[in-house]
Amino acid sequence: MSNLSYVRTEILPEQPAPAGEVGVVGWLRHNLFSGVYNSVLTFVSLAVIIFLGYEILPWFTNSTWNASSLSECREIADGACFAVINERFNQLMFGFYPNDLYWRPVLAFVLLLVALAPVLIDTVPKKFLLFTLVYPAIMYLLIWGGSIWGPVVALAGLGLGVAVFVYADKLAGTLAAIIAAVVAMLLWWLYAVVPVSDLLINNVDIGFQKVRSDQLGGFMLSIIIGLTGIALSFPIGIILALGRQSDMPIVKVMCVGFIEFIRGVPLITLLFTASLLLGYFLPKGTTFDIVLRVMIMVTLFASAYMAEVIRGGLAALPRGQYEAADALGLNYWQAQRQIIMPQALKISIPGIVSTFIGLFKDTTLVSIIGLLDPIGLSTSIRANQAWNGIIWELYGFIALIFFIFCFSMSRYSMYLERKLKTGH
Amino acid sequence: MSEVEIDVEAVNISKMQISDEVVIQISNMNKWFGEFHVLRDINLQVNRGERIVVCGPSGSGKSTLIRCINRLEEHQKGQIIVDGTELTSDLKNIDKVRREVGMVFQHFNLFPHLTILENCTLAPIWVRKTPKKEAEEVAMHFLEKVKIPEQALKYPGQLSGGQQQRVAIARSLCMKPRIMLFDEPTSALDPEMIKEVLDTMIQLAEEGMTMICVTHEMGFAQAVAHRVIFMDAGQIVEQNVPKEFFNNPQNERTKLFLSQILGH
Repeated sequence: MSNLSYVRTEILPEQPAPAGEVGVVGWLRHNLFSGVYNSVLTFVSLAVIIFLGYEILPWFTNSTWNASSLSECREIADGACFAVINERFNQLMFGFYPNDLYWRPVLAFVLLLVALAPVLIDTVPKKFLLFTLVYPAIMYLLIWGGSIWGPVVALAGLGLGVAVFVYADKLAGTLAAIIAAVVAMLLWWLYAVVPVSDLLINNVDIGFQKVRSDQLGGFMLSIIIGLTGIALSFPIGIILALGRQSDMPIVKVMCVGFIEFIRGVPLITLLFTASLLLGYFLPKGTTFDIVLRVMIMVTLFASAYMAEVIRGGLAALPRGQYEAADALGLNYWQAQRQIIMPQALKISIPGIVSTFIGLFKDTTLVSIIGLLDPIGLSTSIRANQAWNGIIWELYGFIALIFFIFCFSMSRYSMYLERKLKTGH
Repeated sequence: MSEVEIDVEAVNISKMQISDEVVIQISNMNKWFGEFHVLRDINLQVNRGERIVVCGPSGSGKSTLIRCINRLEEHQKGQIIVDGTELTSDLKNIDKVRREVGMVFQHFNLFPHLTILENCTLAPIWVRKTPKKEAEEVAMHFLEKVKIPEQALKYPGQLSGGQQQRVAIARSLCMKPRIMLFDEPTSALDPEMIKEVLDTMIQLAEEGMTMICVTHEMGFAQAVAHRVIFMDAGQIVEQNVPKEFFNNPQNERTKLFLSQILGH
């Protein structure tokens, strides 16, 4: 008869894993040679990589960097003709921006990095956010030039909005305060900015040399449109997503209508509307900058997508989070700010960044309505006698720059997700 | 049904500390979920310092009842007055009541993106406008009380279920509530963690907190409650002092329920 009773008296010690399971050998075995098929695939892939390298590398090593036309390139070497990038570099970056003023967009770009630092990196003190807030005015001033009073007075509208909000929040509640602040800012921007800044210009005129919008181009234009779209579509998207979930039927219908309309229309259509139709609707004689119009359309377009992405995050939050916030006595806005949004946005990070990346790449569509972004410029470069027939080098370069921006955004979002991960 | 043994005699609670002051007055209250009549003609009066256990089969409306007390659910007919404030659609009144009424949920509902300490200080800082430093001191005081001060800087996801529920209790207490509602606080816990949560609740009871607790822990009810309420089909079917309630149930449904829950 067997004895069923058994008691362990000591705990077994831990032992190291077998040698073939860990380290380089273990990795190779697990990932590249785990079976016959996998080994065959590994060798085939290696062969393909070597073949591609063998075919493509000479194109790079035999490349030409200094020539004034494609035919001159071909005479020097039979590889890639990067001379086109060398010769047209400034144009690809700045469009037809006046040469002697290049320092302005460059400075704007450097300051952009400074303005982004407190938003993206949390070791940077939060008081630098003030600079981020002022940055749009600085950027406008540096890129477009003109008197400093326009942007300054426009910025004052933001201050007015904040003041109205703080005052009305105590008096009439948060929702009323937000509406009052928005109305105050719109009134200020529509009716006060021009007379006030004119008055200031007549008295003390300081400013930079003006640059027209049709002189903007290249990656500078892509970054301006993309950045504005990203910076504005995010808050608008949050508001739309909240509006879509609202209990107030009118707010809800307006938000749903806006989102569904914008999502149901191709961006190109909106851009054509911006470039052609708006002209009919606006009163005669109003000059409404084309770049500004495009920025508005791109922002609206991205906002609708952003709203849906954030709604996904909101829907993923358990009901209990809202209830706990309610039970603790937090009001709607406090709950949104402290509990709901931090979690919903965290869930939505991949979708948000995808939308940002999509938006940035979609800026190339403005070439269709005649703006000279890198794609628009490449068409005109290729139309030039000297560079007629060049394709790979030009588009490859444009693709590379876009890739650098988009890949950085993607990596940053992964870093952010790792950093915000609190569950175990 | 996991039944945690609580030594009824050892729990040092004077059952005589109920004051005359009425803190919750529910009269002829009715609630519907769409067409479904979930609460029917509820009348309930709770005095300060009183501890009530609500039990009943699932779907009987017991959770809905206590969720009406802090307006997580809206009632359609009748009156609920909490601490002198009537619950209507007036947001000011709702906020006022919620500040005075703490709630502990079945699934804890801690905020996973905040540390334990931040979970506890959030509402005092934003709702009561307590200075951060003071809020943190209060939070540490209550975390010590629920015996997990050393976890203060961790995130909820790093804690066990029992620890999370104790944090949830501490979080509610940080608002210095006058009434505590418990909605099946131990139902989502592993058996070995139920006791640590019940011990915390008993400790709270010993200090004279007004408590309404939806639970199936009958040992806890016997040890702590002044009154046990049995609900079925959206109505209060029977209520009595624990001893009488368990030893001498009157209503057939109560008898059936008790035999199912206590007999194995």
